[in-house]
Amino acid sequence: MAIALRTLDDGAWISVDDSRRVSVSDVWTLSRGVFCECEPAYVLLEGFFGTGVEGSVVVADTVGQCLECGTRDSIDRLPVGRIVDGEFKAYSPEAVQSTLESDAGRQA
Amino acid sequence: MPSDVEQWKDELYGTDIRAEIERFAEEGWDAIPDDEHDAWFERFKWYGLYHQRAGQESYFMMRIGPPGGVLEPGQFREIVEIADDFSRGPAENPVFGNGWIDVTTRQAIQLHWIRLEDVPEIFDRLESVGLSTVQACGDSWRNIVGCPVAGKDKHEHVDADALATDLHDTFKRNEAHSNLPRKWKVSVTGCDEGCGQGDINDLAFEPAEKEIDGETVTGYNIRVGGGLSRNEPRFARDIDVFATPEQAVDVAGGISALFRDNGDRENRYNARIKFLMDEWGPEKFRETLQEEFVDFELHTAGEDLRESYSYNAGEADGKHDHVGVHGQPDGNYYVGLNVLVGRIGVDEAYDLADAADEYGSGEVRLTQRQNIVFTDVPEENVDNLRSEDVLEHYSPDPHPFQRGSIACTGTEFCSLSIVETKNRQVRYARWLVDNVELPDGVENFHVHLSGCTASCAQPQIADVSLRGMKTRKDGEPVEALDIGLGGGLGEDPQFAAWIAERVPADEVPGAIANLLENFEEARDSETQSFREFVAERDDEELADLIEPEETDYDDPFMHNTKRTWYPYAEEDDLDESPAPARSDGTPIPSDD
Ligand code: HEM
Ligand code: SF4
Ligand SMILES: [Zn+2]
Repeated sequence: MAIALRTLDDGAWISVDDSRRVSVSDVWTLSRGVFCECEPAYVLLEGFFGTGVEGSVVVADTVGQCLECGTRDSIDRLPVGRIVDGEFKAYSPEAVQSTLESDAGRQA
Repeated sequence: MPSDVEQWKDELYGTDIRAEIERFAEEGWDAIPDDEHDAWFERFKWYGLYHQRAGQESYFMMRIGPPGGVLEPGQFREIVEIADDFSRGPAENPVFGNGWIDVTTRQAIQLHWIRLEDVPEIFDRLESVGLSTVQACGDSWRNIVGCPVAGKDKHEHVDADALATDLHDTFKRNEAHSNLPRKWKVSVTGCDEGCGQGDINDLAFEPAEKEIDGETVTGYNIRVGGGLSRNEPRFARDIDVFATPEQAVDVAGGISALFRDNGDRENRYNARIKFLMDEWGPEKFRETLQEEFVDFELHTAGEDLRESYSYNAGEADGKHDHVGVHGQPDGNYYVGLNVLVGRIGVDEAYDLADAADEYGSGEVRLTQRQNIVFTDVPEENVDNLRSEDVLEHYSPDPHPFQRGSIACTGTEFCSLSIVETKNRQVRYARWLVDNVELPDGVENFHVHLSGCTASCAQPQIADVSLRGMKTRKDGEPVEALDIGLGGGLGEDPQFAAWIAERVPADEVPGAIANLLENFEEARDSETQSFREFVAERDDEELADLIEPEETDYDDPFMHNTKRTWYPYAEEDDLDESPAPARSDGTPIPSDD
């Protein structure tokens, strides 16, 4: 079954099937080079601008700022969770993410 | 492609939402279909209901917007009684208890912990005294702000209250204007102090004079496209239009229709009229308005009064707010009371309602600095009013640090917030009062705290702007604030420059103390205002003056308040949340 995926309340949430599942203003941990040169980079997400699915991975377009070096930039397709057996499982922001997903198969 | 929100609005929006709210209220929270939550919560905003954040499901924030902030006799008391009866949460706030009203920066009242089941009764009670929540949130005409002492002030040039009320009556529940691309914030100023804060609104009416057919007419100049949100602050721009009081509603309707038809409905982040103004510029804007949206010849702008604007201006002489005892033209007085961060506990709110009745006309007005004003107090009552116990807390003569404090909703209820705000700002103000001496001659010092870049507390127009952030301290993520300096309105408004970033929240009071000490030492003279001092220096120089440091100020909210269901609950973990709850407050078990 298709899942309903959208940003809500001016980018405060990623809503999955009408439930607010991923919240903005959290600190995500990204490995070096993905966002800036900090290792790891602790990046505060400031707003979600879009969301989509790539295969089974739910991704978000967002803007963030590194808490260490201050780099502020947009992030395309940050993986924020996975669909497993039709259920959304959110990734933990604390777990280090080393890759952003490829361009393939992206939905608007 | 139109956004989801646009599709939901196409299906059902405006006054049609009311019957659906009544139906859901009748059947209970569970009656809202699981797969329609997003759509309904978006629509509910039009009726002033905003679903609270994660961990607080089934509870709503409710906003009540009286035009110009004027609550007529009896209206304030009814709101207090409603708060007493319905605005109670499952846990206490350590500073404010349980049950309060929030006075907002757009002259509205917000109530929290409202249950859907109670909404129809609340609506009925509001309507019984002539109040409503219509269009208090959502994509339409929001509460119309304006001079809160309109009709009562010696500085008045044109009757802002009459126009604010006309606009309210014309554009609330008006089908042609009920579905706009985005929120629509309108301000009417009638005085020479600029207390309508038009510069930061989508549409601003500002007092002006114009020679028309050999006669001097008093009316309004029009500015369009102001707003503070999203790291994209804009001041409203002069579109070179003067409107007579008779034309003002038609001009407003034309501009609202222009926005309705030309605003971006595909991308909500680009939808506010400030972005259309970026794209078009004031000349094309005026041309389009003239050609397509009004059927009379627009006047060019008249002579304005901006030179004397002092409200929130940071450096001007004149009034910076409405706190204190001030003469009305009729010989009575209005008395402005300071409300720290805009929040009034229910018990004290009853006392205030009593005092307004006993010593004034019972009218209570709300200001954009989150304060309240009693009007029509006869001279012989002023002293008795001042000696009321409740005025110790809600003082007409507060310490400048309390008087200057504004804070938004923050992580307590708001899903966008990065940090705790209101309780923190109360603690900041208390610490500053106890520990910091203001430099000689400084009588106004504004510190505005917003939990995120949406800027509901209007941080960019304060002496010290605080904006929610995070940082890492001793290896742990902690709540932090960006610090900006030198913002203010006035004739030539200026947004604060962001000078220090990611300062741990417990080092901010120390930073403000050091900054003030450095200012006192380095300023040219005792008459130099803080805003002037900042304007003279570049960012690097200013950064050196901030010097964040720990002090004996203690901050209980350094941990991630966002990841709690309620930051002050004993068991604050999201998993401990009692929401969603039935109307009696018992938790509704989840299906899985
Ligand atoms: C749950 C979410 C939110 C809460 C609790 C909240 C709360 C408030 C409050 C209490 C005010 C004074 C408002 C009034 O009476 O109209 C306000 C104003 C404001 N809000 Fe929010 N707000 C929220 C979301 C947003 C969002 C999403 C934005 C922007 C995208 C935003 C931008 C603003 C701005 C810029 C102002 C005031 C400044 C002005 O334009 O005059 N708010 N908000
Ligand atoms: S400024 Fe941000 S945190 Fe504060 S109430 Fe507005 S949206 Fe929420
Ligand atoms: Zn970095």
